[in-house]
Amino acid sequence: MINLLILPIIIPLLTAAILLFFAKKIAIQRWISTISLMATLVVSLFLIHKIDQNGIQTLDIGSWPAPFGITLVSDMLSALLVTTATLVALGCVLYSFYSIGKGRENYYYYAIVQFLLVGVNGAFTTGDIFNMFVFFEVMLMASYVLLVIGGTKIQLRESIKYILVNVTSSALFVITVGYLYSIVGTLNMAHISERIAEVNQPGILTVIAILFLIVFGLKGAIFPLFFWLPGSYYAPPAPIMALFGALLTKVGVYSILRTYTLFFYHDTGFTHQLLAVLSILTVILGSIAAIAFKDMKKIVIYNIIVAIGVITYGIAMMNADGLSGAVFYVIHDMIIKAVLFLLVGIIIKITGSVDYRKFTGLINHYPLLGWTFFIAVLALAGIPPLSGFVGKLLIARSGFATGDVFGAIVILLSSLLVLYSLMRVFLNGFWGDPSGSSKKPEVAVGKLLVPAIGLTIVAICFGIFSEGVYHYISQATEVLMNPDIYIQAVLGKS
Amino acid sequence: MEILMAILIGLLFASAVYLMLSKSLLRIIIGTGLLSHGAHLLLLTMAGLKRGSVPLLGEQAESYADPIPQALILTAIVISFGVTAFFLVLAYRAYQELGTDNIDEMRGSKNND
Repeated sequence: MINLLILPIIIPLLTAAILLFFAKKIAIQRWISTISLMATLVVSLFLIHKIDQNGIQTLDIGSWPAPFGITLVSDMLSALLVTTATLVALGCVLYSFYSIGKGRENYYYYAIVQFLLVGVNGAFTTGDIFNMFVFFEVMLMASYVLLVIGGTKIQLRESIKYILVNVTSSALFVITVGYLYSIVGTLNMAHISERIAEVNQPGILTVIAILFLIVFGLKGAIFPLFFWLPGSYYAPPAPIMALFGALLTKVGVYSILRTYTLFFYHDTGFTHQLLAVLSILTVILGSIAAIAFKDMKKIVIYNIIVAIGVITYGIAMMNADGLSGAVFYVIHDMIIKAVLFLLVGIIIKITGSVDYRKFTGLINHYPLLGWTFFIAVLALAGIPPLSGFVGKLLIARSGFATGDVFGAIVILLSSLLVLYSLMRVFLNGFWGDPSGSSKKPEVAVGKLLVPAIGLTIVAICFGIFSEGVYHYISQATEVLMNPDIYIQAVLGKS
Repeated sequence: MEILMAILIGLLFASAVYLMLSKSLLRIIIGTGLLSHGAHLLLLTMAGLKRGSVPLLGEQAESYADPIPQALILTAIVISFGVTAFFLVLAYRAYQELGTDNIDEMRGSKNND
């Protein structure tokens, strides 16, 4: 089964193609997309096992040898991210059954979600820089449609901004690939890394590194480039918001992680220092904004930005602790952000308000929702037995180890602000006078809670069994620390 | 030749940035068109503009032009064509729904989002 690693891309692609034929038959669409997502999940879990046993999996498409054809590369990092992305997509699709509404389901909603997953899984798996651009576009095109589907005024307005920003960053991606091609003369990522090591990263490659940082920073929303995110993520309904918050920015972060560990690791003085400074600023500004708003959606959106800053800080440290902390945190954050958006979506459905001061005592009517939200908030802040702890611990430790005490303290303090920003929602909205809210029998809270609780359980297990998970994450970090392992797996020579 | 192309591409980028910073939505879309045109030309230029035959093996030439950037550009053109078509339809819908072409007037308020 050498074709195993292409299955997480091809299964959603075929499913999306099939779903196009059943646009008006909603029951069939739901069954097909659930079954295919489960199949993708099983395949990606099997892929993790296979990489654990046999090392990095590569596939030369069309049997063209490595630098000449497109190579798909699945190391432990990409396999873990593919699995998490599929899991989150499954949760969001199950949630959509009871919340997205017939109007959207009739207009290819499930097919587009599958296309989004094709783009995300492809971007995680590819070993070719231009192919990565193409998968980015697949993902972005699907996200444009998901953002605007339904066609309300706010969605139309925000889509215009979102598309404009992404068209610009895509053009910049093409330009950067053009510059890189003119210097190294290849597109295969392992081969690029080898060529850069030969010329030992002169100044022009540092410029290209910064250009890549701008491109992926625009996709992943780091400090001066996150201006588009709060408005755009505010517009769509909850399950789409959860998909965006969990997957899209993380692909940008993964690309920074990949390029900065595989290509530009020779002259880290400038590039990684810059990344560290920008990450700290991202964390600070994200935390300030998260405590400034009274709007639950806005609070969770700014928490995405805080998490992005924490992860890129781990990348910037470029030591084993920082990188494995970043991998830990990115997986944790994908799951927990999806959970939070899904829960906030339920709360808004029940109370009809995005402002948490407009209702109180929700826990008297919906205890399960309340306690799930409580656990999710604790996990997000990084309280020890839960999932956010190990990642943040490792990242802070790497900051102290490199002597950047200020940065590490900012990372730790941001946890406090993140905890405060969402605990306010819990204290104000869930506690207090029970008459401030009422039970709404017409909202299918039980069914909506199932995927959210499922993902929360995964997050809890991820935290409790972090010893077992670390076995896999250390393999991912090993490849990030030693690009030679990656190059050797792809090009097959020493 | 590369110098000339670089200046031309720089002008295209400058016009694209200028247009994308204007207020009318259609001018912005024209700006994205110019931007992708500049990016495609840059991809062609950066691979080198040395003399050589078209990349067709039937030509039996001594040297050929680099075929990879041509394939990349073809891919990028199709993608930006798709995105531009979507963007234009979106602008049309936004004009119908919101009743304005001016980006400044597209701010939501509490009563009218």
